[in-house]
Amino acid sequence: MQQTTTENMPRPTWDGGASPFGATWRKLMIWWFIITDGLLFAGFLAAYGFLRLAAGGWPDRSLMFHLDFIALMTFTLITSSATMATAVGAAKQGNRKLALRFLLLTMVGAFAFLGMQAYEWHTLIGQGATLSHNPWGPAAFGACFFLITGFHGTHVLTGALILTITAIRTAKGITQAEGVEMAGLYWHFVDLVWVFIFTLFYLV
Amino acid sequence: MADHVPAHGAHPRQSFLRRYVFSTDHKVIGLQYLVTSMAMALVGGLLVMLMRMQLAWPHSSWPLLGKLFPVGMEGGLMKPEFYLSLMTMHGTIMVFFVVSLALLGGFGNFLIPLQIGARDMAFPFLNMLSFWIMVPACLVMLGSFLVEGGAAAAGWTAYPPLSAIAEAIPGSQMGQTWWIVGMALFIASFTMGGLNYVTTILNMRTKGMSLMRMPITIWSLFLASLLGLLAFPPLTAAAVMLLMDRHAGTSFFLPSGLFFGNKLMEHSGGTPLLWQHLFWFLGHPEVYVLILPALGITLEMLPVFTRKPLFGYRMTVYSLVTISFLGMIVWGHHMYVSGMSPYVGEIFAIGTLTITLPSAIVGMNMLASLWGGLLRLRTPMLFSIGSIVFFGTGGFGGIFLGNATSDIQLHDTYFVVGHFHLMIGGVTLMAIFAGCYYWFPKMFGRMMNEKLGKLHFWLTMPAFYGIFLAMHYIGLAGTPRRYFNFERYEFLANIREPQVWITIAAFLLFIGQFLFLGNFFASIFRGRPAPVNPWEAATLEWTTPSPAPHGNWEGEIPEVHRWAYDYNVPGASSDCTAQSVPAQSVPVTL
Repeated sequence: MQQTTTENMPRPTWDGGASPFGATWRKLMIWWFIITDGLLFAGFLAAYGFLRLAAGGWPDRSLMFHLDFIALMTFTLITSSATMATAVGAAKQGNRKLALRFLLLTMVGAFAFLGMQAYEWHTLIGQGATLSHNPWGPAAFGACFFLITGFHGTHVLTGALILTITAIRTAKGITQAEGVEMAGLYWHFVDLVWVFIFTLFYLV
Repeated sequence: MADHVPAHGAHPRQSFLRRYVFSTDHKVIGLQYLVTSMAMALVGGLLVMLMRMQLAWPHSSWPLLGKLFPVGMEGGLMKPEFYLSLMTMHGTIMVFFVVSLALLGGFGNFLIPLQIGARDMAFPFLNMLSFWIMVPACLVMLGSFLVEGGAAAAGWTAYPPLSAIAEAIPGSQMGQTWWIVGMALFIASFTMGGLNYVTTILNMRTKGMSLMRMPITIWSLFLASLLGLLAFPPLTAAAVMLLMDRHAGTSFFLPSGLFFGNKLMEHSGGTPLLWQHLFWFLGHPEVYVLILPALGITLEMLPVFTRKPLFGYRMTVYSLVTISFLGMIVWGHHMYVSGMSPYVGEIFAIGTLTITLPSAIVGMNMLASLWGGLLRLRTPMLFSIGSIVFFGTGGFGGIFLGNATSDIQLHDTYFVVGHFHLMIGGVTLMAIFAGCYYWFPKMFGRMMNEKLGKLHFWLTMPAFYGIFLAMHYIGLAGTPRRYFNFERYEFLANIREPQVWITIAAFLLFIGQFLFLGNFFASIFRGRPAPVNPWEAATLEWTTPSPAPHGNWEGEIPEVHRWAYDYNVPGASSDCTAQSVPAQSVPVTL
């Protein structure tokens, strides 16, 4: 985070001009945006916890989901975070070719995850789960599940589009290392949110 | 950092559309916000005039209004559900579309680059986008009066089940959906603005403008933007869930067994308390989003018009930071009557009463800044003093309401109405006026009329104080809020006369504001031409011509060598030393 700042910000930090965080204003805003977006999910997940406590009982997830399939989904997403980190590192070293290759790998992970989520939704809806109905127990589970994984899926889709644009612009040589890093920040955030969703919906 | 946006002063003139409508110049956007908020304030004010008429003369018929509102006031008599719509929209418009808009959108945009020494915001295009999302937000809110069932009627807090079930009240039909859409647009716009403000303040300051040299207004705007950014997302989440409850058949906020219009609802499993928590997690920080910039502007005036340094600048900054932090974790004090555990209530009460400490420090610093000063009672200063008065009085009411024991008695009465109007109505309104009169020369290069300004103050201040102080008393007498008619309650027989007086004061207050609007718009064209620094102030915006050119400074951006309030420095040639004066010429005091 400290490296990219110095080229257009010669002055020391905390003295006006440069910032207390030593980041360029573009990266700083991405960070703030991620915080606000994180709080959006915090709101949803707090509501989920609230409703789950209020419901008394909660459906047995091992009957609803194939947990090994969900584990594969999670593995795909986490792996895409790793490839993204490699892409960012390569972009920082100026190795555009390697950065592009790993960006493409990350995109593969993103779209694979989306495909698997679509399959999971399709299966659940086929078994009768809707926003207001849940064949395995409290209706609140269906509402929370579709709303929150849906919101997360939209974020993954947005992330995949950002990755696509970044990949095209990297191939053309427009995007600099910082652009790849900012796309990476958003991508890691989306993955991190999934870790919480995975834990709270499938494991706990 | 000053140099990354080139000075635009030398550029050829842009087309009218690019310059005044889809402008990316922070000063134009600030003015667009300010004027929009004035238009919305007129609407919000008119709504409350109708409410006051109903409360003072509940059985009178108003045939003319009956023609204007054929559904809500059929035959000239106000329907209770129409009263609730008026109340809901008055609150929503005033909190979000007037005060937030004027203070953060208006003054935030206008002042941040000028006072920190930047050419523009960090993201000028995002800034423009933020305004042009706010416009449809306003239109959707206003348009909701025209849909079937009328505007939303569940209060600005939109508590379910009233807001979630279409059969509950006419306003809960499409009006409530429009309300949610309007709020969603507002939040999107605010988030764009807030990200921009925070980033700009952190990264775009000129050389020498360290954080502890920033004018107090910038500190307050920074903290307010931060609070908004942190508090709005959970409300977005809640709004999405409310929308789903209304239109997708979910039951996030709806328990089983609800009975509306002789029909048992199918919903089950949800809880309205969830909405209250999510709403107030925003709702309480939101009042600090409103009041912090107001305090900042009030404090900004004091050194200028007393000719002495701001008292306790550092302590004030620390106190504002403390207030912001504590403000995020005390939302539960709006829910003492929701049946929460007394132990939880106690925790929220202790947190809330802790806020009185930093607030008292800010208040004492205000008084100490006045103490022994050479007061120049110009219009901005009058409004600034008015703001201090409201902050004091309103603050005392807050002590009673922050305490669960007394709040349970007072919660559903006019005491609350009186309290929050003094704080987030009075303090903010006074500060907005002070700011308008004070920065008008920098906005338009002309001065506002001083005599009319003073008259405006003397019409506004007593009327406002009269209305809301009286409401504290009728609240203590037991008058419940949100009722459209009190005639049926024997124990309230003796508040009928005060209701009439409050209404008359409200009319006076409303009429008085036209003096301001007339003064404002006439002075744009006819005001006395303003010098560079008409008030002899030390902050950076007064080092550039009035009005400030595109790019803010014609030459280099000034460097900063001292804090913003170096007044009457021993050894200086004038009683006010600008922030850009080097330390060799005049000693630096902070």
